[in-house]
Amino acid sequence: MSESPDAAGHFGPYGGRFVPEALVAALDELTAAHAAAKTDPEFTAELDRLLTTYAGRPTPLTDAKRLAEHAGGARILLKREDLAHTGSHKINNVLGQALLTKKMGKKRVIAETGAGQHGVATATACALFGFDCTVYMGEEDTRRQALNVARMRLLGAEVVPVSSGTKTLKDATNEAMRDWVTNVETTHYVIGSVVGPHPFPMMVRDFQRIIGVEARQQCLDLVGRLPDALVACVGGGSNAMGLFHPFLDDTSVALVGCEAGGDGVETGRHAAPLTAGEPGVLHGARSYLMQDEDGQTADTTSISAGLDYPGVGPEHALLRDSGRATYTGIPDADAMRALEVVAKKEGILIAIETAHAFAGAFAWVQQQRDPEDLVVIVNTSGRGDKDVDTAARWFGLVTGEELAEAELVRAHEGEQP
Amino acid sequence: MSQLDDLFARCKSEGRAALVGYLPAGFPSYDRSVEAMVAMVEAGVDAVEVGMPYSDPLMEGPVIQAAHQAALDAGTRQADVLRAVEAVAATGAPTVVMGYWNPVHRYGFRRWAQALKDAGGAGAITPDLIPEEAPEWLEACRELDLDPIFLVAPSSTDERIAVVGRTNRGFVYAAAVMGVTGARAQLGAGARDLVSRVRAQTELPVGVGIGVSTGAQATEVAGFADAVIVGSALVQALQRDGVDGVRRLSAELAQGVREGVRA
Repeated sequence: MSESPDAAGHFGPYGGRFVPEALVAALDELTAAHAAAKTDPEFTAELDRLLTTYAGRPTPLTDAKRLAEHAGGARILLKREDLAHTGSHKINNVLGQALLTKKMGKKRVIAETGAGQHGVATATACALFGFDCTVYMGEEDTRRQALNVARMRLLGAEVVPVSSGTKTLKDATNEAMRDWVTNVETTHYVIGSVVGPHPFPMMVRDFQRIIGVEARQQCLDLVGRLPDALVACVGGGSNAMGLFHPFLDDTSVALVGCEAGGDGVETGRHAAPLTAGEPGVLHGARSYLMQDEDGQTADTTSISAGLDYPGVGPEHALLRDSGRATYTGIPDADAMRALEVVAKKEGILIAIETAHAFAGAFAWVQQQRDPEDLVVIVNTSGRGDKDVDTAARWFGLVTGEELAEAELVRAHEGEQP
Repeated sequence: MSQLDDLFARCKSEGRAALVGYLPAGFPSYDRSVEAMVAMVEAGVDAVEVGMPYSDPLMEGPVIQAAHQAALDAGTRQADVLRAVEAVAATGAPTVVMGYWNPVHRYGFRRWAQALKDAGGAGAITPDLIPEEAPEWLEACRELDLDPIFLVAPSSTDERIAVVGRTNRGFVYAAAVMGVTGARAQLGAGARDLVSRVRAQTELPVGVGIGVSTGAQATEVAGFADAVIVGSALVQALQRDGVDGVRRLSAELAQGVREGVRA
């Protein structure tokens, strides 16, 4: 199972390349560059150096003792990707792709972003490598995540608000693809998740595998055995794939992916294609997809901008069908409850995306017999600083009027430097 | 002989390139879109591409993107696309669907191929499908005598062009420039180079699309290609000046194609 995909990028019936012919040559070039890099000791040494001295790897495995009571007495271990540079696992992939960009002799990089985490990571790597950087972001998301737009611009990136379609991540991806079709000769498209045409799902997984490789050894060192379950949130699915992949052949380890359940999967207002979608083609690959009966991409609903995406990586589709992994839709309300618990019990403010994984972990443990004997690793994929505003509103920590007033004060301050 | 084979044989005997016109079904309304497509044929368009509106058309520039969204907002369904094919094919002009893959995938490509055949369609252009991902679609096309039409681009290697040349029927769609659909002031030398590279790999006629918007450009392209394909400019004409605008531009393009001096 860990041998997937085949040479054409198929994970069983999923994956592949559903792209304009104009991109095929670039995808072939990228596939070859990635294959060569894997066995190039110079490349791997350089990537290791960057991950260690720049991104802060290895990230710790935290024994979250005070969470046990919320988890039926199970031992909950947090893989702390939130402590990586730029605040999430996204940097692992971006540094790998930036090195490949340099190898391919390209000097311009484009990316899509939803909440802004991948955009910030890409802008960061571009600053480090001296690449020209353009980030596409849905207009709706640029408003919701104005602070991340400012971060990217501070790092020297151009942020292009996308006003087509639903004005969110899906449309930002369309626009990045259109840029790539036009400028493919000089430009590398750093896709931020295990989605898109081959080789992206395989390549991004390979760059994120370090999460699982570290976690596996850290768990053996700490507990003396493998965990009983791994739990991660799934939008496109890169942090989950990175954690799961080194454990695929360890069949005693349950793999649990937590999708965005929005208002509840049963309402239809969610972003959970593996839980309630159908196979389809979007952004270059065949996978599960939220779509209507005519094959038009359906609108999604989630409190988390990073999970608010109608598609999902093709390897997850295969793991779902084979039963090796199970997927569940976590409603907004459950995720936000988990966010509060982790903050109050462990002093860790997690991203709303990540909160879906914790809610899923608590639910999974409750379903098991003898939960107090279990060891569960939860991928703590990102930190929650970016979500303080959303959380403050959700929990009523500040009123809408207070927030508006604060914005006004700040706006006036901006006028009087 | 497929409908498209007949068309290209006839144009060859007339010593000219064919003119292919594109409009999305359901834009600005179902009735108006069909009226406009029929008007294109009456004004001299030889073959029609019926665009299948899609929520995420990633090869399209702003003009066609907006038209797709408007067609979907107006409630255009799969059945309407097939109904439009039937109405346009009734004019006698070869009619193909230009469609992104997911709506076809969702419909079931075998079932969809049959429905297209029943509507009188000649084939389908699939901008986000490459031959390697399409074995079952190709089999359905073979069985039903539909022409599968894949694209080549300036970035395509000769090996890739050979694959498309072996797989396609009807013609090879050559995207003249790198990028999305939309009018271009200049077509550049890339289109001519690409056409000669395609000719080196296949006997099939070569159609050139993306960027052609005027009679003069049609004349230029007709000088080296077997078909001139126009989309965004017709959509814009429909938007700005209605069916009469489409009729006027089609006549200008048809005139342009006939003035092309074949190399």
